[in-house]
Amino acid sequence: MHPAFSVIFLTTLIGAGQGLFLGLFGAEALSLLGVLPPPGSDFLALGSALALAFLVLGLVASFFHLGRPERAWRTATKWRTSWLSREVIVLPAFMGMVFLYGAAHAFGFNPPLGTLAGDIPILPTMVLGAIGALLAIVLYVTTAMIYACIKFLQEWHSPLTVVNYTVLGAANGFTLAAAYAAWAGVPLVPFMATVAIVLTVLGLGTRSASLMRNARIKSKSTLQTAIGVKHPKIQQKSQGFMGGSFNTREFFHHMSAAFLRGMKWIFLLGAFVIPAILLLVVLVTRVDPVNLLIAAFVIQYLGMVAERWFFFAQANHPQNIYYQSVA
Amino acid sequence: MTQLALVIDLNVCVGCHACVTSCKEWNTSGDAGPLVDQNPYDADPTGTFFNRVQSFEVGEYPNTETVHFPKSCLHCEEPPCVPVCPTGASYKRESDGIVLVDYDKCIGCKYCSWACPYGVREVDAERKVMTKCTLCVDRIYNEELPEWDRKPACVRACPTNARLYGDIHDPESVVSKAIREAGGYQLMPEWGTKPANHYLPRRKTQLTIREDEVERADNPLKIDSQLPKPGQDEPSLDDVTSW
Amino acid sequence: MAQTPSHEIKNTTCYMCACRCGIRVHLRDGEVRYIDGNPEHPINEGVICAKGASGIMKQHSPARLTQPLRRKAGAERGDGEFEPISWEETFEILAERLGQIRETDPKRFALFTGRDQMQALTGLFAKQFGTPNYAAHGGFCSVNMAAGMIYTIGGSFWEFGGPDLERSKLFVMIGTAEDHHSNPLKVAISKFKRQGGRFISINPVRTGYSAIADEWVPIRPGTDGALLLALIHEIINKGLYDRDFLVRYSNAGQLVNMDEDQDEFGMFLRTEDPPEEGCYDAQNQLWWDRKTGRAVPTHTRGADPFLLGEFKLDDGTRAKPAFQLLQDRVAEYTPEWAERVTGIPAEDIRRLAHEMGVTARDQRIELPIAWTDSWGVEHESVTGNPVSFHAMRGLAAHSNGFHTIRSLSILMSLLGTIDRPGGFRHKAPFPRPIPPCARTPKGPEGVQPGKPLDGMVLGWPASPDDLFVDDKGEPVRLDKAFSWEYPLAVHGMMHNAITNAWRGDPYPIDTLLIFMANMAWNSTMNTEEVRKMLNDKDDNGEYKIPFLVVADAFQSEMTAFADLVLPDTTYLERHDVMSMLDRPISEFTGPVDSVRIPVVPPKGECKPFQDVLIELGSRLKLPAFVNEKGDRKFRDYPDFVVNYETEPGSGIGFLAGWRGKGGEKSLRGEPNPNQWEMYAKNNCVFQYELPRSYQYMRNWNKGYLEWSQRNRITRYGEPVLIHLYSEVLMKFRAAAQGKGTTRKVPTHLAKRVETFFDPLPFYYDPLEHQSTDKHTYPLAAVTQRPMAMYHSWDSQNAWLRQIHAHNLLYVNARTARAAGIEDEDWIWAESPWGRVRCMAKYSEAVEPGTVWTWNAIGKAAGAWNLTPGANESRKGFLLNHLISEELPGHDGPISNSDPVTGQAAWYDVRVRIYKAEEGEPQETSPQFKPLKPYPGQSTRARVLNFFAGLGKR
Repeated sequence: MHPAFSVIFLTTLIGAGQGLFLGLFGAEALSLLGVLPPPGSDFLALGSALALAFLVLGLVASFFHLGRPERAWRTATKWRTSWLSREVIVLPAFMGMVFLYGAAHAFGFNPPLGTLAGDIPILPTMVLGAIGALLAIVLYVTTAMIYACIKFLQEWHSPLTVVNYTVLGAANGFTLAAAYAAWAGVPLVPFMATVAIVLTVLGLGTRSASLMRNARIKSKSTLQTAIGVKHPKIQQKSQGFMGGSFNTREFFHHMSAAFLRGMKWIFLLGAFVIPAILLLVVLVTRVDPVNLLIAAFVIQYLGMVAERWFFFAQANHPQNIYYQSVA
Repeated sequence: MTQLALVIDLNVCVGCHACVTSCKEWNTSGDAGPLVDQNPYDADPTGTFFNRVQSFEVGEYPNTETVHFPKSCLHCEEPPCVPVCPTGASYKRESDGIVLVDYDKCIGCKYCSWACPYGVREVDAERKVMTKCTLCVDRIYNEELPEWDRKPACVRACPTNARLYGDIHDPESVVSKAIREAGGYQLMPEWGTKPANHYLPRRKTQLTIREDEVERADNPLKIDSQLPKPGQDEPSLDDVTSW
Repeated sequence: MAQTPSHEIKNTTCYMCACRCGIRVHLRDGEVRYIDGNPEHPINEGVICAKGASGIMKQHSPARLTQPLRRKAGAERGDGEFEPISWEETFEILAERLGQIRETDPKRFALFTGRDQMQALTGLFAKQFGTPNYAAHGGFCSVNMAAGMIYTIGGSFWEFGGPDLERSKLFVMIGTAEDHHSNPLKVAISKFKRQGGRFISINPVRTGYSAIADEWVPIRPGTDGALLLALIHEIINKGLYDRDFLVRYSNAGQLVNMDEDQDEFGMFLRTEDPPEEGCYDAQNQLWWDRKTGRAVPTHTRGADPFLLGEFKLDDGTRAKPAFQLLQDRVAEYTPEWAERVTGIPAEDIRRLAHEMGVTARDQRIELPIAWTDSWGVEHESVTGNPVSFHAMRGLAAHSNGFHTIRSLSILMSLLGTIDRPGGFRHKAPFPRPIPPCARTPKGPEGVQPGKPLDGMVLGWPASPDDLFVDDKGEPVRLDKAFSWEYPLAVHGMMHNAITNAWRGDPYPIDTLLIFMANMAWNSTMNTEEVRKMLNDKDDNGEYKIPFLVVADAFQSEMTAFADLVLPDTTYLERHDVMSMLDRPISEFTGPVDSVRIPVVPPKGECKPFQDVLIELGSRLKLPAFVNEKGDRKFRDYPDFVVNYETEPGSGIGFLAGWRGKGGEKSLRGEPNPNQWEMYAKNNCVFQYELPRSYQYMRNWNKGYLEWSQRNRITRYGEPVLIHLYSEVLMKFRAAAQGKGTTRKVPTHLAKRVETFFDPLPFYYDPLEHQSTDKHTYPLAAVTQRPMAMYHSWDSQNAWLRQIHAHNLLYVNARTARAAGIEDEDWIWAESPWGRVRCMAKYSEAVEPGTVWTWNAIGKAAGAWNLTPGANESRKGFLLNHLISEELPGHDGPISNSDPVTGQAAWYDVRVRIYKAEEGEPQETSPQFKPLKPYPGQSTRARVLNFFAGLGKR
């Protein structure tokens, strides 16, 4: 497939935003349980704004993918069958929740609504946050399912796609949360960084699993099934036009195999290895974490962009069988 | 239920591209048009076409078959492009099984094209909406056309009549008969998309001539004494044995 | 939006190629919205091709010329620097210049046209002007096909005849590219295959029609003659020929004089009756009757000739039947011999021969149609042998093509398939006498100042006396057609016109008028040099070809060299006639002609070329175009078509339909003022269906021949016997041997004429193969045209050029690998004459000793108003750079042509291929200075959103 930057930025930006929100809400929830120190409303409000900024940027990027963005509102209509439609519903819902969650903290709107067993208060921010967290997860799933549900793209058609979108987005979001905590001087860096490392290492594992899976994929379609001629040797001589078409632009990355291999190593290092090391350094040493964590996030984000580029480029659409030769 | 479709006879397709440009010509000024052409007089001209003819070489010299292969939307009975559409712009008509795009609803997200294994949908680069074969829906029901003309433009054009058109759910239709009798098949059956369009394979007419058929009793060479009978006094078995 | 199919539908005839299909042009608010095939039309029965359906884009091409242009003072030819001028000024310039030429030396004006469909008019104009220097594209297209067949069976393929696939069982296509012809053949092949016919294609390349053949027989280019002779060998050897057919309808049984001492050696022996003068075969040859054991006049009732044997006449003259000579001739052409030449295994050749012979013999068709032959014998039925053939340029465009096509015609005759059901069928006005009766003047006295030419501009020599040469045997024509060098150059030799004019050999000319031919690009050989010749000046700084006028609808490489450009109309903007006087669209069942009627007004100041000729003819007061007082006779071309008669009161005009005052007559009759309207009402077609008994065996069908004579299609009603043995050719050979009473051959050409004017077909390596080192240049290079670019006119077409934007050189993968060439590598293809850089494309569908490409996709930069960066001029290439128009001869250069017919030997070129060096530019070479758009041309759109009727672009 041709990696479209609109979609690459959409999925990586909102992925980070979702992860950041999960970090914020997780910290608040755990603080209520007394496991973590309270993060403070300002921290959560500003963090939500940061998460929202990522989500808005992602949304803006997504519009570049549409031929007729003015009709984007129509996309919500087919949620019964279309994962894309579902994503389009969930994304604004989630953004709304993040906004409300942040606003509640910003304006201090947090009267206890009751208590749970063990005297844990039911706070409005917790309700909003819980719904938001759920939506964040659902958004990971809907986003990933857009790709995973297409059976023709065998590289994508796997539960690993959903796992990776979730784990990678969350990892990057927690790295961002760690950097944000360090910058804000809130003592949540060890928590955020730890989760980030765990998710990053987990992501390395799940992403590697999908790499291994994809390396072994045998294309279900062949030239033989594509044109219905049973002969071991078939070659296309002409695809019917010479100056290119939508089919040659949308479904091919037009890059060399070496470039693709290079990109794989870049994302393995950038999305996983380097950020994990930087996070570890922050955890085990006493150096000033702010710059290191910002670097970790930026590197990891760029790694995610590379990962997403590779994700698209590696997917080999069966329609490409029909577009092999110009003459 | 009706399922309109094309049946393409590879046995007679000579790869002339008549269907390609007839389709373009009808549709660019039809309900589905205009179909853009970019760089029409410059490097790498490219444009929207609903139908393409491709060429393949099968086998190795000298046992090579050259196969010309027209391809347009196959109007699948289980069209994977339809459910993925977030707006409902991509739809399959109940009444006749034609898969269409509602240009007014399409947001140009290209997702349906990802969900089509056949590569038969093309985004129009100017109008920014997904386009595809409509089976000339603005011809086949067009009452301003005489009845004989209510066929897709490609079918009307095809000089070798390699494109048959009709209802594959009607067992008596010309397309159903062709599929039955000539071994019609579907493309990429492995995906379960059940394309309505079918293809008819190459068929070979062979001629076997036995050696004894070559020279017949009334060989004209005899008339001109070129195949003389042996003289009666030439030796024969009668001279040497009596059994 | 509401979709109405059209507001208006107008019928006319397509001209996107030369096929002439009937089309319905749908107009929406006056703009062409859709063009589809006319189901009522006999040629295409409602279908249309890729080109026909792209006609709209031709109308909108920015390459359209819109006003007359004059080369700017000081600008070089080829630069394309023009200024617009008015038509009036254009006509004044032309009339003055041509008038002066006509009054002094008319042959200093030369008119050469491309694949136009108005040769009846252009030829008439040239004849009336008085110049012998006229030809259309036939000489560089397929004249061998016309000449080889017409000199053998009195008819030819495509316009004039073809395979009866409706009834055929076995169809053999040999040397036919994707074209020639188009829709009718596609329609017929499809029906043929669906009814179970067997289709064999013999071709170095498997594309297009060959793709759907049941069997592909790859063959080395230029060796088809060897295959055909071996097939004849096997068919005769096995007795698989149709003896009855040959006896009655060919000269197989006629006795040939075998006494080498006699002047008459090699001629048919004849009865003592003094031969009548006339353009037909007098029926006075002799047979050796099997029953009476003596010589009798041919076709004596009750007699049956020996086809084989050797006989001695009463006067001691030794004689052999023509068929015996044929058997003698093919004795050496065994399948094993042919295998070495063609690359086709001998067993396959035998099998093919058996398939043909046994199918012809055992699957005989009998139709219950009674008919009478020329000798008065009544037949109760028409019979036929269902084996048919089609061939075209693959056989023709070689320097041995004439004899190859003679071989094919003879093979078809041996199988008994001439004008019979299931075999080859004629189309009116064929069959014609062998050869047809038209003759050129016989010497320079035929060309006189101020007078029309004393003879036809093109003709059919029947003997050396019919050549168009002076006392010394030197050519009168600029192109040297009908000279001893190319005696049967019946379509002229346009491919040598520019070189000869430039060199002043045989003489310089003043004005060259080129219509619709791209002689600065794909219609010329040796393109690079010819472009220099067009621009070359003598010591006085004058152009060697002083005045160059080009008429075309589009800006082309050729128009760039013009001094004067005349903008022509497109086919949708003009009247045209597919006339019985030219190449009609006749069917097997009878004569058919058709017309074009404008459906949209001409663009800008475009003027149909016919109107230009009529205007010029009137201004020059050419007799056919003015009355006795010298006043203009015809308003315009439509008026001319209606009112012109070949002779006053002849009743024969350009159109055969709806003649007579009220349109009541066919074929002959007074002019009908409403003739165009009647064509318009009838799908633009006039179709005459012959009575069934006149539809077959027309060479010898008394009823048909008399009908044909009555309707002045032919002058004579004599039978047209098949020339297995060609006495016509023998007359030229005899002259070369110093025998007989005809003109003598100049000494330096005697050997050439003697060799190639063999009365029986023989095989020789194409001349260029003979003179080329095959180790250095191991590959044959040929071209064909894709169906979607048939006739190569449409790189300016926005839709068609998307399908074929550039061309690659197809190379058998094994051949390419052996040369170290990867798929789609940039390579050089080099011949002894030049080299081009191009891209290689692996193929398994090409014979390993052959490389090929699509012709004329490659263009010069900026030509056809494409941008200089267009694929056509960057990646596409022109093979013509590798092909020479001349070969070195003993006495200076000689045309690279068939020595009998002057057919351009396009497909004889030999090449080698090698990888381009690292770092070479990845674009074709040679490159030329990019052309600029001309005044009056529309700008090139960056994006087209064509929607007819909205004025939206």
